[in-house]
Amino acid sequence: MGLTDLANPTRFMSYSARIIPWLWALAVLVLGFGLYMALVVSPEDYQQGATVRIMYIHVPAAYMGMGAYTLIAISSIGTLVWRHPLADVSARAAAPIGAAFTFVALVTGSLWGKPMWGAWWVWDARLTSVLVLFLMYLGLIALWRAFDDPARGARIVAILALVGFVNIPIIKYSVEWWNTLHQPASLMRRDGPSMPPSMLVPLLVMLAGVSVLFVAMHLSAMRNEVLRRRVRAMQITAARAAATAGA
Amino acid sequence: MTALKALFARELALAVRIGGGALMAVVFFLIVVTVIPFGVGPDLNVLARIGPAILWIGVLLANLLAIDRLFQADQEDGSLDLIVMSPVPLEMTVAVKALAYWMTTGLPLTLAAPLFGMMLNVPPQALGAICLTLLAGTPALTFIGTIGAALTVVLRRGGLLLAILVVPLMIPVLIFGISATTAVITGPTPFLTPFLILVALSLFSLVLGPLAAAAALRASLD
Repeated sequence: MGLTDLANPTRFMSYSARIIPWLWALAVLVLGFGLYMALVVSPEDYQQGATVRIMYIHVPAAYMGMGAYTLIAISSIGTLVWRHPLADVSARAAAPIGAAFTFVALVTGSLWGKPMWGAWWVWDARLTSVLVLFLMYLGLIALWRAFDDPARGARIVAILALVGFVNIPIIKYSVEWWNTLHQPASLMRRDGPSMPPSMLVPLLVMLAGVSVLFVAMHLSAMRNEVLRRRVRAMQITAARAAATAGA
Repeated sequence: MTALKALFARELALAVRIGGGALMAVVFFLIVVTVIPFGVGPDLNVLARIGPAILWIGVLLANLLAIDRLFQADQEDGSLDLIVMSPVPLEMTVAVKALAYWMTTGLPLTLAAPLFGMMLNVPPQALGAICLTLLAGTPALTFIGTIGAALTVVLRRGGLLLAILVVPLMIPVLIFGISATTAVITGPTPFLTPFLILVALSLFSLVLGPLAAAAALRASLD
């Protein structure tokens, strides 16, 4: 079985129906284990105390928010080049999930910022570029919703998604320039790889768990979207039949 | 080439004659500049400090005001179908239309900005910098806006949606436009670095804008 076989919507529906329960179970297991390690086992930070545990939600959410946009961009290439209906379904299903993860990243970042920086919102370069990413998600979703026929909007939204994807590095770079211009990097210390293994391992487990969760949610949302389109097609056929019968 | 010239002349004529909106953007820009002091107070020091930002944001908003009509008006009267079907590459047509839009919107806004800057007590040495950065940056705003105009061409109420779609993409232009201007007033960064990046953004959107907008128009008119 190659990946191209899965691109057939009917085959996709039958395979995904078999995989999805396992994916959900795996996501619950890994996330449960990860949360236990993050919230109970992992040590407190010597400066931040227990608030450092926000990181175990915040970082995976931010990573998934960016990952989902990448998936939308790849799916958009599929829509534009091969005009494959499942590519549009995949992009469309990923958008609200990605927006939700980005929103979680923003909210947890804000909650983390209050005790650390003394403010709910700081115009930090990272926060600001994630906010812009969130706005771009909302734009994509709004444009999808503006077309009553999903097939018609597919390619137009795909173009917007790709234009946005090309612009994301530019926006990120310029926001960093803007931030360093306005305030020197005094608030945000980047420890990065100097993180001790007792914190790194729970974070990696959480990242893996969130990735599985995303795949499970994405496949489920894709199935819903395929079913929604089938229902819509049936409704249109039924309405046409009723109209001809009435006339 | 003659077709593109004719299109350019047509766009300019449509914008300047009755029913066109050539100077509407400047009037809107003046209204934005007028409203801000009522909000932040008439303190000239405060206005001088935020003046470049007000001018840039005012231009950004005024530039969006009429851009949703760029293709929609042609779509409504059917001329867009003829433009798409003509042998001239659609990307070139889009670029010419955007250029004409910039001539009737971006350029007047740029010329009006120093005058409005004086009303906001912006230091004289910054007025030239604002004019120069706007001259370099407004083409980027127009070409990015063109993408939004093409994406929303078949939507009945595309105007608001257009703003939501394209303003996030305009943030880099705003950042480098304002940082080049503030470099002249206070420093510490040199003027030339952000200015050159601003020029690069305009050139980049000169390529990306017509390509993406033409693709969106083809997808919309299928």
